[in-house]
Amino acid sequence: MNRFDYHRPATLAEALSLGATPGAAYLAAGTNLLDLMKLGVARPGVLVDVTRLPGLDRIERLPDGATRIGAMVRNSDLARDAGILRDYPALAEAILAGASAQLRNAATVGGNLMQKTRCRYFQDMASACNRRSPGAGCDAVGGVDEGMAILGWSDACIATHPSDFCVPLAALDAVVEIAGPAGAREVPLTAFHHLPGQTPAQDTALAPGELVTAIRLPPAAAGFRQHARYMKVRERTSYAFALVSVAAMLRWEDGAILEARLALGGVAARPWRATEAEALLAGAALGRDAFEAAARAALADARPANGGEAKIELARRLIVRTLMLAAAGTPARIPALPASPFAATEESLTHA
Amino acid sequence: MTYPLTLTINGTAQSLRLDDPRVTLLDLLRERLHLTGAKKGCDRGQCGACTVLVDGRRVNACLTLALSVDGAAVTTVEGLARGETLHPVQTAFIEHDAFQCGFCTPGQIVSAVGLIAEGEAGTDPERIREGMSGNICRCGAYHGIVEAVLAAQAARAAEERKTA
Ligand SMILES: Cc1cc2nc3c(=O)[nH]c(=O)nc-3n(C[C@H](O)[C@H](O)[C@H](O)COP(=O)(O)OP(=O)(O)OC[C@H]3O[C@@H](n4cnc5c(N)ncnc54)[C@H](O)[C@@H]3O)c2cc1C
Ligand code: SF4
Ligand code: FES
Ligand code: FES
Repeated sequence: MNRFDYHRPATLAEALSLGATPGAAYLAAGTNLLDLMKLGVARPGVLVDVTRLPGLDRIERLPDGATRIGAMVRNSDLARDAGILRDYPALAEAILAGASAQLRNAATVGGNLMQKTRCRYFQDMASACNRRSPGAGCDAVGGVDEGMAILGWSDACIATHPSDFCVPLAALDAVVEIAGPAGAREVPLTAFHHLPGQTPAQDTALAPGELVTAIRLPPAAAGFRQHARYMKVRERTSYAFALVSVAAMLRWEDGAILEARLALGGVAARPWRATEAEALLAGAALGRDAFEAAARAALADARPANGGEAKIELARRLIVRTLMLAAAGTPARIPALPASPFAATEESLTHA
Repeated sequence: MTYPLTLTINGTAQSLRLDDPRVTLLDLLRERLHLTGAKKGCDRGQCGACTVLVDGRRVNACLTLALSVDGAAVTTVEGLARGETLHPVQTAFIEHDAFQCGFCTPGQIVSAVGLIAEGEAGTDPERIREGMSGNICRCGAYHGIVEAVLAAQAARAAEERKTA
């Protein structure tokens, strides 16, 4: 690990001024940043520890029915919060499907959003990587990993964003609240992570020195609670990143879909909102035919980046499966194996 | 420049000075305080051998910057027993053959203590397996581990009934 100066500011203003120092990085729990520093992939000269900043560790219900989640809220506290479990059950299920209990106890909302790709060539300092060193080339192209992106990739970078949490956030129209040297602003979550194009190193909408302060879920996000699921296919049942994941949410009446939300994880450099598929579902008769059509629409532009045809079929099946499960109803309690397609059928599908 | 750091480790308050901010909680415990119970398996959050409790919550000490938890109470496997009396989870691990080589065991035991305190897994073996999935055991002692956690939960529930 490189040498760095360590600061633990007590106020947001102080944090922002330290964060504006060249070579500075914000440190939350460190479960991603310290890992990358040990590998030499990240080499910040200044660490600004933001875990003690006041007011960022709260989950608040706003007067208009929106929910604001502070950037320092720990992943496990969020997944345990009674209001989150009631109104956004797929969000809790996605968090609980990620990492391990130990990591979730530490990991923060802001850090989860900002975590880097798990592309193994990105993490291997001996490999060429445009995301790590612009212009160096990309050793993942033609490499051993067939689990790379199938949507939105470029020949400069074929990596995926690894977060589970961000997938239902994308489906729920979450907004990222940001503070920075030039003031506060907000960005829709679906525009927060950048597709690589020719500049994969610029991976998010954050400008240098900017800090994520909160995520906001708009009032309408609570309207899907009875039919909301997250499903994740991984190489083992638990404690593994997604090969493909799906968040699906439905509102329907008399067998007709009023509104659908669909987002995919593990398929692109951003959590992938499938708006064309959502448009097809709206007004359609609830059932497998509509779900199959939606899956085809969601993957119409999918191309395997690295011989990963299997991933497209996996995504297609998981979309149908997750929509079927969402239609059947949100489980009353988060399943013992969250988001697992191998979980036993749930006892009760009546979510409050 | 040195960095002051105060931690309560296994019940004892310690005022420390770090000459280097890069020290992880795991390296602090093992290399500087000679508490070698928490193990360094992967040093990357992937195995759970370094699990300790920070303010009662289980975390991976290898991915925790020591300075970042300034002021916290840290419990390692060395802090679980009361004198010669083992912690009920330790006893349960012995009774249920929940280890072979023992390398993962301190992390497993501390993780199990954290899991029981969280109080969410109950007596469902599937929830216990899932809740313990952050602790890898290369010897594959998983069967005994789940049995031990179940037994420790049951013992604790019985204890609570007695004192209630
Ligand atoms: C073994 C392992 C398995 C994992 N499995 C999964 C999984 O299955 N699913 C999943 O989704 N995740 C998984 N993770 C990733 C985990 O979710 C992230 O490491 C964690 O969410 C990062 O949060 P943190 O608070 O530790 O961030 P840090 O490591 O402190 O920071 C991460 C990055 O975000 C920046 N940052 C942090 N906070 C802010 C802020 N408020 N504003 C601006 N920038 C900020 C930091 O500068 C850094 O670049 C896994 C991690 C490990 C080690
Ligand atoms: S796919 Fe992207 S992150 Fe991976 S090596 Fe290529 S440029 Fe780097
Ligand atoms: S040593 Fe910390 S998780 Fe492996
Ligand atoms: S007992 Fe050997 S690794 Fe678990």
